[in-house]
Amino acid sequence: MKVRVLVTLKPSVFDPQGRAIMEALHSLGYDKAADVRQGKYFLLDLNVGNTAEAEKLAADIADRVLANPVIESFKIEVDGTAK
Amino acid sequence: MTFAVVVFPGSNCDHEAQYMAETVLGQQVRMVWHKDTSLGDADVAILPGGFSHGDYLRTGAIARFSPIMGAVKAFADRGGPVMGICNGFQILQESGMLPGAMLRNRDLRFHCEYIHIRVEQTDTPFTGLCTPGQVLRVPISHGEGNFFAEPDVVAQLERERRVIFRYTTAHGEAVDAANPNGSVAGIAGVCNVARNVVGLMPHPERASERRLGSDDGLMLFRSVMDAIAARGAMQAV
Repeated sequence: MKVRVLVTLKPSVFDPQGRAIMEALHSLGYDKAADVRQGKYFLLDLNVGNTAEAEKLAADIADRVLANPVIESFKIEVDGTAK
Repeated sequence: MTFAVVVFPGSNCDHEAQYMAETVLGQQVRMVWHKDTSLGDADVAILPGGFSHGDYLRTGAIARFSPIMGAVKAFADRGGPVMGICNGFQILQESGMLPGAMLRNRDLRFHCEYIHIRVEQTDTPFTGLCTPGQVLRVPISHGEGNFFAEPDVVAQLERERRVIFRYTTAHGEAVDAANPNGSVAGIAGVCNVARNVVGLMPHPERASERRLGSDDGLMLFRSVMDAIAARGAMQAV
């Protein structure tokens, strides 16, 4: 089962890369870009039977390895339909 | 006295640490591969700088799962002095042995330059020979040394006197212009609750000979030798 994990810096943490990207957007004339936050995307393929199990396992992996809870938070998206 | 220098794939300051301890200070050095599970008879453990595992995922994030980290943790739990330098500091943070995490430098640049740090606390094995407020001239070499912790954690570190080094001017003034990377409260180094594990972003091992720019870093290693000798003398009594 494919699970997507999105890791970003917590809202309270300054993201210098996101800021640099936003400033580049502004210099290109994208005035409507109010903020940019940069993050990481992980695609996990898990050998599990159902969505709940996939979510639980992915959350454990994200919490222990993929994200550093001191500075980052994560979001999990499970795609049950085979693609 | 034996220094253990832990070598991870991608460590690149391991030989500087070895040179400092062996050639400059005349001590025994044991290079310990990250897949080893013991530090042997080491008196002090150094986690050197570099780019362990290519900085993949996050700096220090993969190295914390190396087999040797169990031995490093056990050594620290027994009170053994452990120093994490630069990437070694990041590994200790990722492993939960030291607080905080490193963000990209606020200007997104890699900084390789001499800076000044002020010794904030002298009751750690690595700062015992320093005087409080002493300013050391040491190099930094990092792209992600922007120390971050939530405000309540920083307040706790200050309260518990666990900020060991702070970026300052040559005269010891903690001003923003002397902060090379944007670290909160100008924090350059911290210690654990038991105070025997110290991590810092600057490279004291690269400041061990005056003719190469500075020998201020030796203070930290002379301090730990002094602390170990004192402990040995205490045990002998």
